[in-house]
Amino acid sequence: MMRRVLIGNIAVSEAVKLANVDVISAYPITPQTIIVEKLAEMVEKGELNAKYIRVDSEHSALAAVYGASASGSRVFTATSSHGLLYMYEMLWWTANSRLPVVMAVVTRSIGPPWNIHTDHQDALTIRDSGWIIGFAENVQEAFDMTIMAYKISEDKRVLLPSIVALDGFILSHTAEPVDLPTTSEIDGFLPPRDPSPFKVEPGTEFAVGNLGPDEVTMELRWLIWRAMYRSKYVIEDVDKGYNKILGRNYSHGLVERYRVEDAKYLIVSMGSWSGDAKDAVDMLRDEGYEVGLARIRYVRPFPSEIIRDISSDVKAVLVIDRAVSMGSGGILYSDILRSIDRRTPVKNVIAGIGGVDVNQDHFKMIIEEFIDEFEKDEYHNWNDTYWFMPWMR
Amino acid sequence: MSMMDLARSKWSGVYPGNPACSGCPHNIGLKILGKVLGENSVLVVPAGCTSIIAGVWPKEGLGFPLLHVPFASAAAVASGIRASMDKSGRDGTVVVWSGDGGAADIGFATLSGAAVRNEDILVIVSDNEAYMNTGIQASGTTTWKALTTTSPIKGKTEERKDLALIMLMHRIPYAATASVAYPIDLAKKIEKAMEIRGFKFIHLHSPCPPGWRFDAGNTVEIAKLAVETGAWILWEFDRGRFSISPQSRKYVDKKNRRPLEEYLKAQGRFKNLSDNDIRYIEAKLDEAWTYILNLEKTLSKS
Ligand code: SF4
Repeated sequence: MMRRVLIGNIAVSEAVKLANVDVISAYPITPQTIIVEKLAEMVEKGELNAKYIRVDSEHSALAAVYGASASGSRVFTATSSHGLLYMYEMLWWTANSRLPVVMAVVTRSIGPPWNIHTDHQDALTIRDSGWIIGFAENVQEAFDMTIMAYKISEDKRVLLPSIVALDGFILSHTAEPVDLPTTSEIDGFLPPRDPSPFKVEPGTEFAVGNLGPDEVTMELRWLIWRAMYRSKYVIEDVDKGYNKILGRNYSHGLVERYRVEDAKYLIVSMGSWSGDAKDAVDMLRDEGYEVGLARIRYVRPFPSEIIRDISSDVKAVLVIDRAVSMGSGGILYSDILRSIDRRTPVKNVIAGIGGVDVNQDHFKMIIEEFIDEFEKDEYHNWNDTYWFMPWMR
Repeated sequence: MSMMDLARSKWSGVYPGNPACSGCPHNIGLKILGKVLGENSVLVVPAGCTSIIAGVWPKEGLGFPLLHVPFASAAAVASGIRASMDKSGRDGTVVVWSGDGGAADIGFATLSGAAVRNEDILVIVSDNEAYMNTGIQASGTTTWKALTTTSPIKGKTEERKDLALIMLMHRIPYAATASVAYPIDLAKKIEKAMEIRGFKFIHLHSPCPPGWRFDAGNTVEIAKLAVETGAWILWEFDRGRFSISPQSRKYVDKKNRRPLEEYLKAQGRFKNLSDNDIRYIEAKLDEAWTYILNLEKTLSKS
């Protein structure tokens, strides 16, 4: 193990290098670009023995790594926002083909207006497709999750593609100390990909994707559904195994539990701002509030069982969302509602859309208001979704 | 490559009784492709008639190792397969078998990108001049005035684009046109393309009976008429050298061409053409011949 100071984008490219990826293809988009620039440099310098395909669009980028993955290679691509939306069709095609493609999504809001700053809307547009989606809190996690993504996706019990989401600029362009495993440490953990059960190449009389009876489509989606469920155990296992080689004595798995043991109020968040939310939890704890935080690390598969378990003794839950399903509510919120005891009151706050900064004081304010409303018995109208926009107050 | 060689080559990759319409030009082209390529190949097929021809699981209409891919993605997927094979030292030919929509329209940026990268793949566009699989809608290669289901009364109001020439301008090593009526010419062109490393492009003229409104027994007849009337020009660009193919050579001299009407009037999709329309199409074809002759003159040194 060694320690280096890296920005999120470089950390991801270092992880891709350690994973010994065979084929990389990408199209530039801010704030992702540095990842694939760095990888291009690694390939040109001969530090990474991979094929690099400079394509005409994100749709082609995913198409190219899709082809390489179907032909047995370990692959990587990265994108953000509009780039992700442009490859939308290929995302579904990749999931239904059960190929272990790994992609970094450096989250960025969707225009118009043009805006390069983060929210979680882009990555969450693919939550229904069959991709495993992890959200990093810090640069270390962006690095770790990228390496682990290969191990998880290539597991024969899973065989689904993975997205590692990291917040644009907040993680992608921010330098933090990162512990990197050595090549030999990783080689034992992540052996070369075994492409069975199928590999498209000359000499095999084998077609993938033919028309089929309708039942085939439904059965295929059901098999993905089951693989998604199985992946929960695989993720927990892989996380433990990975942490062990790094000599860490903890493993968060699907959900990080932060001061939840005796909590009466549970906050749910995801991504980089969870650090600020934890600070707010600490400040409130100091003031005597019994509050804890569950940080969703993998939003697909959704860790319903764990959330149900963590929330079993709390009085109320606050879900802070950085993405919204228009006409419905926060995206995490609906997953949480489905997961917990129906009698537990849940408040939903939408914040940080378009990269609007939400700091620890804001979180403190949001949480205090939530607890206050609950204690004053004013939670009956929580069926609405609140938009946190302090400049409009 | 002779007709005998073609007939003798056993493997074609096309199974009898597959779901193509009777008289389908793709089956003719695929048969020739399979015979020349052999089994050491992989086919990438974007959405189109061939998605159906490949058969409904658990049956198979084609014997190629085949990957079905979304409409606009084929040349990029093929690039990925090529990269994967190169990375692990596997050989074989990677072929994109596409229709006009998947190549000239929705898949054009992808195709252009692969050509610019000079990917070591062979792209064959079996051009039936409309979106046939969705029911005969006008495409970028549909002839002006042709009746389609999206130009049902007045006919197509836009010109068609010349995809093969556009691809040639990408500075690729090999580009050619071909026709399902000239199997030996097509076979030779595929054979030559397979010897070349880099991006190869073949634009195959593929008359479609239901789409063009002619009898299913006449596919080859119509394809032949296209060449004999000068409406489809067979040429080849091979590593810097441009030449009109022998089958079209004779028709450089307009006197040797059969009247254009014979080709147009044999198809229901042109039943609305006035004499003036036919003269206009003819003038456009004369223009196309001028391009081709000038290209041959300019790029004739080997
Ligand atoms: S519509 Fe035309 S091209 Fe398509 S399968 Fe039928 S004959 Fe072949």
